[in-house]
Amino acid sequence: MSQGPDWLQLRADFPILDQEVHGHELVYFDNAASSQKPRVVIDALRHYYERDNANVHRGIHELSNRATTAFEAGRERVARFLNAGSADEIIFTRGTTESINLVAAAWGNQNLRAGDRILLTEMEHHSNLVPWQMLAQRTGAKLSFIPVTGDEGLLDLSQLDTLLTPEVKLFAFTHISNSLGTVNPVAQLCARARALGVTTLVDAAQSAGHLPLDVRALGCDFLAFSSHKICGPTGLGVLWGRPEILDAMPPYQGGGEMILSVDYFQSSYKKAPHRFEAGTPDISGVIALHVALDYLDAIGRAAIFQHDQELAQYAWQRLAEMPGVRLFGPAKDRAGLVSFQLEDVHAHDVVTFADQRGVALRGGHHCNQPLMKKLGVPSTARASFYFYNTRAEVDRFIDVVCEIRKFFGP
Amino acid sequence: MSDELDELYQEVILDHCKKPRNFRLLEGATRLGEGYNPLCGDNYKVYVKMDGEVVADASFQGSGCCISKASASLMTDAVKGRTKTEVKALFALVHDMITTGRVAAQGVGKLAVFAGVHKFPARVKCAILAWHALVAAVDGAETPVSTE
Repeated sequence: MSQGPDWLQLRADFPILDQEVHGHELVYFDNAASSQKPRVVIDALRHYYERDNANVHRGIHELSNRATTAFEAGRERVARFLNAGSADEIIFTRGTTESINLVAAAWGNQNLRAGDRILLTEMEHHSNLVPWQMLAQRTGAKLSFIPVTGDEGLLDLSQLDTLLTPEVKLFAFTHISNSLGTVNPVAQLCARARALGVTTLVDAAQSAGHLPLDVRALGCDFLAFSSHKICGPTGLGVLWGRPEILDAMPPYQGGGEMILSVDYFQSSYKKAPHRFEAGTPDISGVIALHVALDYLDAIGRAAIFQHDQELAQYAWQRLAEMPGVRLFGPAKDRAGLVSFQLEDVHAHDVVTFADQRGVALRGGHHCNQPLMKKLGVPSTARASFYFYNTRAEVDRFIDVVCEIRKFFGP
Repeated sequence: MSDELDELYQEVILDHCKKPRNFRLLEGATRLGEGYNPLCGDNYKVYVKMDGEVVADASFQGSGCCISKASASLMTDAVKGRTKTEVKALFALVHDMITTGRVAAQGVGKLAVFAGVHKFPARVKCAILAWHALVAAVDGAETPVSTE
């Protein structure tokens, strides 16, 4: 049997983890909000600005050529990361949020009419909800939601036949819930949608970089993710789109980079993906994301998923043994995070206390306000893991939770 | 126990968060102020019964963290019997104390326990939320106030 990755050695690749916070060794459990960056990614940013920085696609000089070549190589790398058919299917954005807004604006305005339906789920992040609300207001389309079953946080797929009807033009849903840790059956949902001619968008913000993604196997039409959650820089995201859909879409924003020719009264536009990338892109970000994807794939995303899942399962089991702890999301087959509430202790008090012990958690509604209302909690505390986290860190986290229960207890 | 946590969660604060005072609907309230923090979902209603310019009674309802609940509890105790002008002057002192840690020379009584909050920037809004709702109530405002 082959040896798995040496997780402790990988941990040493992350300079930021080697520090004390409030006098304790940092335990970083807020990876679902943003991951940390390995040294090779930080070095790639520095190298670019020290050696190759220039604008892309319009210069003829050496530095511009280098920047353009490296930038477009990043696009090729993302295509391979997703098993996309071609780099032309990869659009760079500011993040998952902008990727979804791009689809809502460019595809949505063109394809949605009054009376059409947009199908979502009750577990969507605000970024996969608010853009569709705005589109519905613009077009007169209506929203429907696949219910969440309650604290165990699964989609109630018994409702799918009723909800996924021919009036649905778009079905947008998350791959992994950021507040529940639920892993949704993407391929199955996309197959059901495709049989009815419904266009699908997958929010992969929590799954890209955490498990293998293959857009052809998933069978979706759009897929969005962010660089900063998967070891890459902030301010950069990806939208993958099926080529025939992208080719038929009007531009998103107007400006330089996206035009073929311009006169005072009209312009013609480039093909996808450049049609959707007005203005100077995040060149250094794309180059560093390329390095991040190489780094992740050298470890192996399947191994990363298994590692994170084991930590989450362990944390879940330890929390479940304590009285007065309410856990959210499925007990089995969950992604690498746990969301919980301590009886009579508000999540913000949990997070403040843990922070003073050097443990970085997240507390709040996790950009899931309607879901929190449905579950009847104002907020939860969340610990989210990545491959550089250890079982010993989970033990420290559990010790802190015990301390918190004692401190705030009756 | 680290000093900072002791400073933030003082005995008095823990006591008021576990057993909040004036935590009820106020019969005969003449004013209502609402405070909402969208960041954490803290949500309070502050009820005031005015007798002319004087706060005859005050109470609150709602949910939130330990700091916000203790603040609402101690606040509703502190403002009873004060005039509208005195309430607003006290608010100014408390606001200054919570954001800077300076305890005013003229004193804020038991409310001084919130001086440690300024070391926790993310929690300042928790401590001030009920105060905004109270000031809105004595001013007669009817829309919810947000700390954002």
